[in-house]
Amino acid sequence: MIVVIGAGPAGINAARAAAAAGAEVTLIDTAPAVGGQYHRQPVGADNAPGAADIAAEPKIHHLSESVVWAIEAVDDGHRIHVRTGQADGPGRQGRTVHADALVLATGAYDRALPFPGWDLPGVVTAGAAQAMAKGQGVAVGERVVVAGTGPFLLPVAQSLVNVGAEVVGVLEANRARGWLSAPKALLAGRGKLGELAGYVKLLARHRIPYRTGRTVVAAHGTDRVTEVTTAVIDGKWKVKPGSERRIPVDAVCVGFGFTPQLELALSARCRLVDGFVEVDAAQATSVPGVFAAGELTGIGGADLAAAEGTVAGTAAAAHAGHESTQRKGVLRAVRRGRVFAQGLDKAYPVRPGWQSWLTDETLVCRCEEVSLGALRTSLDHYQALGVRSLKLTSRVGLGLCQGRVCGRAAAELAAGITGGTYDPAATAKRPLAAPLRLSELAEKEESK
Amino acid sequence: MKITLDGEPTPVQPGQTVAAALLAAGRVSWRDTRDGGKPRGLFCGIGVCFDCLVVVNGVPDVRACQRVVADGDDVRAQRGAELPEARP
Repeated sequence: MIVVIGAGPAGINAARAAAAAGAEVTLIDTAPAVGGQYHRQPVGADNAPGAADIAAEPKIHHLSESVVWAIEAVDDGHRIHVRTGQADGPGRQGRTVHADALVLATGAYDRALPFPGWDLPGVVTAGAAQAMAKGQGVAVGERVVVAGTGPFLLPVAQSLVNVGAEVVGVLEANRARGWLSAPKALLAGRGKLGELAGYVKLLARHRIPYRTGRTVVAAHGTDRVTEVTTAVIDGKWKVKPGSERRIPVDAVCVGFGFTPQLELALSARCRLVDGFVEVDAAQATSVPGVFAAGELTGIGGADLAAAEGTVAGTAAAAHAGHESTQRKGVLRAVRRGRVFAQGLDKAYPVRPGWQSWLTDETLVCRCEEVSLGALRTSLDHYQALGVRSLKLTSRVGLGLCQGRVCGRAAAELAAGITGGTYDPAATAKRPLAAPLRLSELAEKEESK
Repeated sequence: MKITLDGEPTPVQPGQTVAAALLAAGRVSWRDTRDGGKPRGLFCGIGVCFDCLVVVNGVPDVRACQRVVADGDDVRAQRGAELPEARP
């Protein structure tokens, strides 16, 4: 049995490729329908690319509305612990699935940077705005500003317009010159120019200002956001004094790139490189029988994820003893996609000057309500010299999200304040990969 | 199809999430924090941040952005840290 975790572009193709090679596949995903975040479907639709193949292939068992909460290494593979049913409901059914080979395709989520007021209702991630608009047909606000960095801000603005929101501006923190340092990447991504032209037209038609080198540095309001401060930022992302403007809005969408969903890969003890799962040309991780595909191995978008998924599924089938050969065209697509991904990384970096946007009152950890001031106290008084002691002395990252939102920011802030080393990936160690109710843990599990 | 939001009967579409139903009803926050009592609502929208928690049918800590509505669901705001209602 090959287990594929995550049914986005990478997971869908991994399942298809492994099944095509003759393997039995279990495809596990939290959503009711396949597609993942990228091919998000409106309510009731199931038309993501590849969805029909998944449904028609008897070798693929799709476990929808299912969350993997732990991975255990066993002699001949991995034991995958799953709960199926309504999200966070008490009636979920528990089961374990044995994996002879495992493909991790858990994807990534928006990286949010803390700034004064980011915890006010109405401030959401770009991904939240996208999920609500594309998946649910609801706008997160009537008068919305979109800010952050990266090409994802554009489809978000489009989705907001489509559900009737007024987008008062798209603020790209970086300036366009990043691409000039990566001409090869630009060439590798030329297939995306048509999509880009569509966004340019949309912005013009709706008179939406697109500004580079400017971002949202504060949100204001008492029980919800009513205004934001935007400012020009320099090459290091420090605010240019005097450039601040206040704009009335009722929603703010922020996205500063993406953070890979690493906990299952870390549970399986996969080696990381630069914060992503290290893979070889066959998408094999450092752990035999464990493969990774998509944003987990580097942020490169849906096309690259899909190609990596095909390679990973093929390789996983071979590992499980099926005859399968990699297709040259797919391997080439992966190589081309990686060049584009490196260009993205160069063109849309996050610069450390964001740390100067915070005040001592600004929350770093939203769950445990740990402010920057509290983080400083912990660093000064208790000499928290690593991520673990930082968590234990300040409670940063110990809340329900388990550091998914704040972990990286907290590690970078601590490093900035002390000059020490705080490994952001160390905040992603979560042996329980999803919250469970005690009654669920106490239940006897059914094996499959 | 109908659910109640803090006691208010609200029509919903099958497949809609609780968060979408709340937003469509004009709500921007539906939880307050354990320490500061600060209002919270949607943040990440994809099940990662656990900020949009609500109480559904007496069970707290349910992510509104992930939970799909069921006919007759009783959804209410979550006040700080809540314990589940005792079940027989």
